[in-house]
Amino acid sequence: MAFQTVSHEPTTVYIKPSKGLAALHLRDLWTYRELVFFMIWRDIKVRYKQTMLGAAWAIIQPVMTMLVFNFIFNGVAKVSSDGVPYPIFSYTALLPWGLFVAALNNASRSLTSNSNMVTKIYFPRLVLPVASVLSGLVDFAISFVILILLMFYYKVTPSWNVLWALPLFLLLAIVAALGVALWLSAINVKYRDVNYALPFLTQFWLFATPVAYSASVISPKWRLLYSLNPMAGVVNGFRWALLGSGSGPDAALWVSVGISLLVLVSGLFYFRGMEKTFADTI
Amino acid sequence: MTIAIRAEHLSKKYRIGAAQQKFQYGMLRDVLTDTFTAPVRWAKSLAHRSDNPQLPAQKNFIWALNDVSFDLEEGQVLGIVGRNGAGKSTLLKVLSRVTEPTIGTVSVRGRVGSLLEVGTGFHPELTGRENIFLNGAVLGMKRAEIDRKFDEIVDFSEVGQFIDTPVKRYSSGMYLRLAFAVAAHLEPEILVVDEVLAVGDAEFQRKCLGKMGDVAQQGRTVLFVSHNMSAILRLTHEAIVLKKGQLIKRAPTQEAVDFYLSSGQAETGERLWGAEDIPAMSAPFKPIALRVKDRSGKVVDTVRSTEPVTIEWEYQLDAPVTGLRVGMYLNTMRAEYVFTAFDTDDAKQFEQFGARQAGHYFSRCTIPADFFNEGRYSLGVNASSFAVRRYFMDDNALSFNVDITGAPGTQWPEVRQGPVRPRLNWEIEKVD
Repeated sequence: MAFQTVSHEPTTVYIKPSKGLAALHLRDLWTYRELVFFMIWRDIKVRYKQTMLGAAWAIIQPVMTMLVFNFIFNGVAKVSSDGVPYPIFSYTALLPWGLFVAALNNASRSLTSNSNMVTKIYFPRLVLPVASVLSGLVDFAISFVILILLMFYYKVTPSWNVLWALPLFLLLAIVAALGVALWLSAINVKYRDVNYALPFLTQFWLFATPVAYSASVISPKWRLLYSLNPMAGVVNGFRWALLGSGSGPDAALWVSVGISLLVLVSGLFYFRGMEKTFADTI
Repeated sequence: MTIAIRAEHLSKKYRIGAAQQKFQYGMLRDVLTDTFTAPVRWAKSLAHRSDNPQLPAQKNFIWALNDVSFDLEEGQVLGIVGRNGAGKSTLLKVLSRVTEPTIGTVSVRGRVGSLLEVGTGFHPELTGRENIFLNGAVLGMKRAEIDRKFDEIVDFSEVGQFIDTPVKRYSSGMYLRLAFAVAAHLEPEILVVDEVLAVGDAEFQRKCLGKMGDVAQQGRTVLFVSHNMSAILRLTHEAIVLKKGQLIKRAPTQEAVDFYLSSGQAETGERLWGAEDIPAMSAPFKPIALRVKDRSGKVVDTVRSTEPVTIEWEYQLDAPVTGLRVGMYLNTMRAEYVFTAFDTDDAKQFEQFGARQAGHYFSRCTIPADFFNEGRYSLGVNASSFAVRRYFMDDNALSFNVDITGAPGTQWPEVRQGPVRPRLNWEIEKVD
């Protein structure tokens, strides 16, 4: 046969039943990175379509929650905020918390609401929950602007630590959210119970996270148990990095990091294991 | 020659039963009982699984594909024929990696694209331009590739001036044209066309087939599923015949089509229900056959639009039923309803036949001449007692073709929009 130069040699794909623990094939996700980008872009473009206030909702939601918290926990219940003005104290926590909750809500529905894609074409299914989690970063960035204004208003100056600590804590929030989101989205394909359970889950989780109150009220002997909640580590980290309150990274933080990674890795394996049945059961 | 597709012992098991029968009854009572017994059934199934893993499995699964093996060389055009439920679409789904085989392997060389996924990932709020990029990415195109083909896609879709309008404002024809244009420019190494699932009017389907012909001429591999034997004969060199998930014949197209037609499983204008096709819960109603007949009473797959068509449903009642209505839905292949009608719609008929004794029945109706437009239509059937119970339902029991030779307006060789093509009494009045 004559030697030919071809623009690209077609790759051969072997399709076979996967057995046992499915390999993660994260390289597949990389190949489809443009699709991740487009799905994020679609989420953002569509999110505030046909609303009057548009992207202002990204600000209104945390600000309103902050005002309610301020009234109840600061005004009525007089909860300690470690010497930081309460509005900025709670708003700093509401930013990563809002990112986390939005990620769970959007990602848990990401497969079922795109069922026509799942049943008709091949693409790494991981694209959908990953894109839903990441698209929350835009709202996060918008509401972050308000935080900067609050910091000016209350004359809070962060230390230089913020430059390295904030991105890392943000990453931790995303890792934690993605881990839980992978579990929920895969379960939701078969059991739509997730849709009904999720509001309770996030409500309880909010109480277990030092958003409205300070982690310093937790007695030291429960600290380690408390830090099993990765969002506790994230929220404390945000406050430490931005407001200088609390003690900064300690053993409890490593527990949060460990748990987040455990949930993420187990979530990846669970998702990959269930993936093969998605098109048939959705 | 290089092998493009090699399938070995491909089998796919599907769960039937519980999941499918769940909403056979639309009654709130059933839904409620179903909901409250769900945890109990779940617990039972767990218990079952632990003491006997084999038994329930045998009962609740069917093999949609059963030990299918074949090789396909690069550049070949292969037809796939078989009746509804023979496993054609499942085969394509496995080849395009949408679903995993239960047993067996396939190696596929190159990108698989299909013309059945048109519009997948389209978002109504986004503009035509945005959807082209999104849909292209969903189908596996690189951004640079979409950039390069963008103008061509817009030209092909003929929606140029609306390209920055949200697609929710598009007519369904524009929407389909745009979606098809993206899919048609994917340029996969292997193209999969499932005409049975293809949506759209006759013109759109012609466009699909035209595109498929182009792709085949460029020396790329094509898999083509159709109920239309003349299209299979025209476009493919070789065909395989599937029956109940098994590959029973592979031969040059003419021979395979002859085999298929003579083996009595072709779509013939008649649908027969065997005992295994009827869910236990439809008792006492038992469907026997649904037939499409022409003016002379012959069972036909293709009817003429200029002649009346008779639809006949034969069934058995094993016990008396009250409030019964037996009827049908007529759909276009685009899954738009044309009409729904029941045999006891007329009040007098209902008085007489609402309560029916056990026995063997025919319900027949005649659709008048000059009703259908060109194309393929699908018949769904339904037997129910209103607000009490639905005995039997099949959304896609049978499909048939309509030939429009001699219909009004056929002197102009153009496609007429819409599912009906009535002969209207036009009055032309000159007033001045």
